[in-house]
Amino acid sequence: MPSEQDWIEPCRRLATTIRAHALRMTHHGESGHVGSMLSMAELLAVLYTRILRVDPRNPRKPDRDRFILSKGHGGGAVYAVLAELGFFPRDWLSTYYRDDGKLMGHISHHVPGVEFSTGSLGHGLPVTCGMALAAKRAAWQHRYFCLLSDGDCNSGATWEAILLAGHHHFDNLTVIVDYNRVQALGFSKDVLDLEPLGDKIRACGWAYREVDGHDVEQIDSVLRTLPFERGKPSWLTARTVKGKGVSFLENTVSCHYGSVNDAQLAQALEEIGVTQP
Amino acid sequence: MRSIFNQVLVELARNDPRIYMVLADIGYGEIEPFAEAFPERFVNCGVAEQNMAGVACGVALEGNIAVTYSIANFPTLRCLEQIRNDSCYHNANVKIVIIGGGLAYGALGVSHQATEDIAIMRALPNMIVVCPCDFAEAEAATRAMIAHPGPVFYRCGYKKEPPIHQGLIDFQFGRAIRVRDGRDLTFIFTGTIGNQVVPAADALEQDGVHCRIISMHTVKPIDRGAILAAAAETGGIVVVEEHQCIGGLGGAVAEVLANACVMSQRFLHIALPDLYVSKVGSHEWLLDQYGLSTPKIVAAVRAMLNQGKSQDATSRKQPEG
Repeated sequence: MPSEQDWIEPCRRLATTIRAHALRMTHHGESGHVGSMLSMAELLAVLYTRILRVDPRNPRKPDRDRFILSKGHGGGAVYAVLAELGFFPRDWLSTYYRDDGKLMGHISHHVPGVEFSTGSLGHGLPVTCGMALAAKRAAWQHRYFCLLSDGDCNSGATWEAILLAGHHHFDNLTVIVDYNRVQALGFSKDVLDLEPLGDKIRACGWAYREVDGHDVEQIDSVLRTLPFERGKPSWLTARTVKGKGVSFLENTVSCHYGSVNDAQLAQALEEIGVTQP
Repeated sequence: MRSIFNQVLVELARNDPRIYMVLADIGYGEIEPFAEAFPERFVNCGVAEQNMAGVACGVALEGNIAVTYSIANFPTLRCLEQIRNDSCYHNANVKIVIIGGGLAYGALGVSHQATEDIAIMRALPNMIVVCPCDFAEAEAATRAMIAHPGPVFYRCGYKKEPPIHQGLIDFQFGRAIRVRDGRDLTFIFTGTIGNQVVPAADALEQDGVHCRIISMHTVKPIDRGAILAAAAETGGIVVVEEHQCIGGLGGAVAEVLANACVMSQRFLHIALPDLYVSKVGSHEWLLDQYGLSTPKIVAAVRAMLNQGKSQDATSRKQPEG
């Protein structure tokens, strides 16, 4: 008889597969942002297999849950999970960042399953707020999710939207922060310290939670309690590690813009537990 | 004109439940009828134009028509990247309405003078750029804007602009309206500066210079046929715009001529010089100071006709100060 825990190992394996794709895509494409992709692998694995009501056979289904990636530079990881779920063929992934490719570096709405294109930080949450507003006023039941980075939380536009969502009680809206504490030029606490983040978010009228962003069970159980409080937007800070799973990338500033060379790719795949290069 | 715009928008919203107004705390005395009639489709984002633009895009992507509305540069330059990346790239059904293009806000100063908007907005793919000149065009442009399924930039007048058109007009995006015909010169204008152009043409008529007048209400997509016909059929083109001399209507007209390898016999571009207005005064007074009043337009055309060669706004002597 299937156990209620049967989803956990496949979900972890999906996170590993997302990491493997991200490493290969950025390696073949000689592109950057691999660290930002590795840090959100478990978040995407849980969202797409446990939380989001989306249908790969009908990506524009009107009552789907909306997922907006505001940290568009991590789009490779979203492409990976969408390919694994069957939104488009897996072989598109090998065209990432390449001439005549199917997948551009920053996330694109031209790709099946992608709701909205981003790439300049601070754009995702205002747009998600507008969608959530329209849905609230139409009394739609589906939900709106926006995944932010630390850098997104530097942006004034993000804070304008935080104020608006709290003021209008958008309890159909959930923000998840991939809080890996590293951004383009340094550690977030040195660039522009966001702490105490929870106090700031609660003061703006949101319900606030934190989890270990690499623990699929924690992520799943907290997102099953949405909205965290009725009448408030929900904010989940997921504590993550930039470059998670690869020793020489973890918690480094350089992996924001970096990818891996041939030898590093082999080592990285071995470290995350993938044997076939 | 802004009152006409708001009246027509309320009328359209009664029959179209997709129409939202998304504001940034501007519109006092004008937007209240919409807010009262359709509170569920009205949101004031506070003084936060970037968020306003993003929210409008999100509202539109859920199948609605989102209208943002504010003074001069506030809903354009302050949130230009949101307009580009969010609305135009996604071809979202967002309408950006500015009140008081050009020098309309006069003595309020440079922050409130939209003098680069046409150039910047027309450079954005998917964007329609429309500048109605009088109440008739304002009403028709509002209807056309709501009917168009994509981003539109609408430069709305600020005051009780007098009528330029007599009777009914045939208004379509991309189709200029001929205000009157003539063979000696063609005036091409966009927006409320037409109120300076028509009397200028009247004055030139007294000189025996018969002018065609074209209201180029849509700067993008521009009416190529009207421009090429003016070059072929009349003795020259005079472009008048209440905008920077770079990149606006004058540039758009010149692009059409150059791309068609057509040279009009004469070409005069009357626009604001490449500087920020430093003088203090009313709209009318500033227009005169910067060469855009009826007498200054007449003088510039007479000088061109006397010289018999082309000149443009950048080579004209700039006003003192």
